[in-house]
Amino acid sequence: MSERFGSFIKTLRSRLIALYRPPFWVDRARRYCYIWAVSVSLLAVVSLMPLTLMVLYVYDSSQEAIYKENVLRILRLTSNTRRTVTSFLEQRLNALRFTAHVESYSYLEQNDHLAGVLRNLKYGFGSIVDLGLINAAGVQVAYAGPFDLKGKDYGGQEWFEKTLEESAYISDIFLGYRGVPHQIVAVKSTNEQGEAFVLRASLDMESLSEILHSLELSERSVSFIINREGIVQTPSRRYGNPLEKVCCIPVPEYAEHTQIFEAKGEQGQPLMVGYAYIANSPFILLLVKEKSEIMQNWYGLRKNLIIFFSGSFVVIFLVFYVIPTYIIQSLYEAEQTHARAIQRLEETARLASLGRLAAGVAHEINNPLAIINEKAGLVKDLIIFKEEYKHDKKLERLIDSVLESVERCGAITKQLLGFARHTEVSVSTVPVRKIIRDVLSFLEKEASYRNITLNLEIPDDLPPLVTDRGKVQQIFLNLINNAFQAVGDGGRIDIVGRRVDGGKIAVRVSDNGCGISDENLQKIFEPFFSTKKDSGGTGLGLSITYGLVQRLGGQIAAESELGKGTTFTVTLPVETKEVRDEGLTCG
Amino acid sequence: MRVLLVDDESQFVEALAERLQLRGFETLVANDGLAALDLLEKDRVRLVVLDLRMPEMDGLEVLRRIKEKWPTTQVIIATGHGDEEDRRKCLELGAFAFLSKPVNIKELSHLLKEAWSEAS
Repeated sequence: MSERFGSFIKTLRSRLIALYRPPFWVDRARRYCYIWAVSVSLLAVVSLMPLTLMVLYVYDSSQEAIYKENVLRILRLTSNTRRTVTSFLEQRLNALRFTAHVESYSYLEQNDHLAGVLRNLKYGFGSIVDLGLINAAGVQVAYAGPFDLKGKDYGGQEWFEKTLEESAYISDIFLGYRGVPHQIVAVKSTNEQGEAFVLRASLDMESLSEILHSLELSERSVSFIINREGIVQTPSRRYGNPLEKVCCIPVPEYAEHTQIFEAKGEQGQPLMVGYAYIANSPFILLLVKEKSEIMQNWYGLRKNLIIFFSGSFVVIFLVFYVIPTYIIQSLYEAEQTHARAIQRLEETARLASLGRLAAGVAHEINNPLAIINEKAGLVKDLIIFKEEYKHDKKLERLIDSVLESVERCGAITKQLLGFARHTEVSVSTVPVRKIIRDVLSFLEKEASYRNITLNLEIPDDLPPLVTDRGKVQQIFLNLINNAFQAVGDGGRIDIVGRRVDGGKIAVRVSDNGCGISDENLQKIFEPFFSTKKDSGGTGLGLSITYGLVQRLGGQIAAESELGKGTTFTVTLPVETKEVRDEGLTCG
Repeated sequence: MRVLLVDDESQFVEALAERLQLRGFETLVANDGLAALDLLEKDRVRLVVLDLRMPEMDGLEVLRRIKEKWPTTQVIIATGHGDEEDRRKCLELGAFAFLSKPVNIKELSHLLKEAWSEAS
């Protein structure tokens, strides 16, 4: 059970995270995820725990209060009803007692006298059906009523014996000689000769039923009477017909006072049963209510409680979800921005020191180079101008090759100086074709070794860029270098420039190399992302390129298809307005 | 055509002087800026080839003084340290041309001839 619950919680958690995870929920920000999870859960627990406890307490105590109140009400109603039923029976018994005491046996022995007494009793008390006088032997010597029961012998019958024994008797309901359900009350008395006789009256059942009916109980409640054997005495609606065994409810144990117990109904619905034994009679009064009806008020209260609880739960949780998420997201973004700025600064500083190094080397080499140039030039001059050296063609060839080499070195140092200059910020007019040619001149040797076709298409009417020359140079150097690494020997690289709307030019550098997968394509501008780590890629080239393009106010986009090649498109404004940037001018 | 060559690298400047002589120039050599200015005081020279990085007095300062005193004297800068910034400054101060070392002798002699016609 607990295992299943655990796995359920786990699934729920991952589902929730997948659904509502905050924007910083990525591997790089584990620390933030942790802080977020802790603060959200802590806030939620701290705020929701008291609410939950309070609601549980209110739930429990109000349920109990309502239950107790209902128990009390049932007990009171049962008690009152018992009093009514008891006094109803007592009245009739006392009336009989009075009659047996006041009237003489010989007077009652005559049927018409007895009929007179019956009339008076009916008039005074009602609900008495007939009246019989039985002598000590059990023979009914006189009878007044709708049945013909005169001369019937009750000797040996239980009620008769008990009446003689206890001098008064109240029966439960039975059919008797008449075959109609009725109840009798009987009293014992003695005649002038000292012989015992019994005066007996039978009661109709309507009166008792009416008393119970007058309680005006609701549809699902009923009050009825059973005898001590559990036989239903008055109509009970659904708990058994009169003179049959009571259904569902057990016969309660004897108790002097009114009691209450719980039972289950026919369909298993919980019932609350109040009961009371009626003194001096075989009757037990039952008051049965369905618990669902009793707790009706409670259900309403419970509904409100649940609505209140779930409403506040959701609101509190949302608030304590949104606030930390917002704060931590801001923190995360601030740190990201900071990290990016630092990284940019570092890149700039790195480039600047690289640039200074390159410039220093170029400068230092230029001087000795100049000396070599002049000395070799002088030798050549001597060969040309002096007659005595003129015949030495071999010497001339040697000197020519020295001079050529010096010229090449000079070209290299010049390029190095030009290249290094991009670390400084300066805006100048830059013809696109020239700058790309400069870049290509670095790579021409490699292109010819590897038989790579370079196709440069820059239209003549393309306006020159007014921008930072060094940065543009670096951008194209990086992109073309990348293309060189992507194509195999004998590959092809196209560099196509064109004018686009909004005072911009776009240059497309495309290769027919290995291509980049969609997954990697999304990450290529991220710093330190490289697929060439093995072959010495730093993963900085494209991110520096990206940064440079951004700084010049341009855009860079990459498209690629695996196996077909990659195209980078750089769009730059013809005139760069914003070149200064924080920490940039220090280079 | 007399040319004053100013450079602290004597190896360089001597070879250059000889080459220019072979091409029909008359040359004077100074190894620093002060010496160059002294020479110019004594002897009127209309063409100067000047290095920028030198001890004692920097080439830019020498250029400024020359242009102050003898505005018609033409100065060609030949430096191994020059960048765009230096080029701009030199041309502003009135240098005739700005060359990066190693210099091409043909280009230099051509420029000197042009400067000569400008100076006279």
